[in-house]
Amino acid sequence: MAERPEDLNLPNAVITRIIKEALPDGVNISKEARSAISRAASVFVLYATSCANNFAMKGKRKTLNASDVLSAMEEMEFQRFITPLKEALEAYRREQKGKKEASEQKKKDKDKKPDSEEPDKSRGEDNDDEDDRLEEEEQNEEEEVDN
Amino acid sequence: MADAAVGKDKCGEQRLVSLPLSRIRVIMKSSPEVSSINQEALVLTAKATELFVRHLATSSYRHGSGRAKRALTYSDVASTAQEAETFQFLADILPKKILASKYLKMLKEKREEEEDQNEGPALK
Repeated sequence: MAERPEDLNLPNAVITRIIKEALPDGVNISKEARSAISRAASVFVLYATSCANNFAMKGKRKTLNASDVLSAMEEMEFQRFITPLKEALEAYRREQKGKKEASEQKKKDKDKKPDSEEPDKSRGEDNDDEDDRLEEEEQNEEEEVDN
Repeated sequence: MADAAVGKDKCGEQRLVSLPLSRIRVIMKSSPEVSSINQEALVLTAKATELFVRHLATSSYRHGSGRAKRALTYSDVASTAQEAETFQFLADILPKKILASKYLKMLKEKREEEEDQNEGPALK
């Protein structure tokens, strides 16, 4: 599938903000400098993906996972990123766990509803909603990207 | 701007990652050998890209002079790409700029060199 050129670029506003936060206050960033860094970031994603994919293939897996990305950083000699990335991963996992528990709690609450006499029946009726939610949860762990 | 949204329906990530996951995924998928990407890998790649942007920006800013500068220019970034080892992979996409007159001079010199060589070893 053909991607339009702008699809491989990252949004200017976000890139600019990240740069501004990294530099001292009051420093001007020329448009060309911002554009250069933005392009560099896209190239970085490609390079990191390719590198991570090599690790996945070594492990005979078709899906890129977190450890592949971390190994790629090591390979690319960006070790300085590894600790903050691991922290981000932990935070993300805690968040996902929290969401899962919240949705499971909701399910329990629904089952407590006095609408139907048979608990099994009510679960069946609610299944459509729950399936959507569960499907989303599963996607969190392993995403099959549709081409 | 819709780009400010981060992934589908996962509002928690707005704190974790600023770059839009959907866009990061498009770039990752443009790589031919990649079949599928786990959500965690996507989040980490987005985060790594953010760290990279910061690293490139600060390195470019500090590169060369060391004294506090008012502005970050293209040539700061290009110099860093050409000279710092960690950013070598960017060297091709961030060439240093030279004056057109200088470039034409370089071309001329190169052409003269080739002409000398073509005249044959006997004359040397």
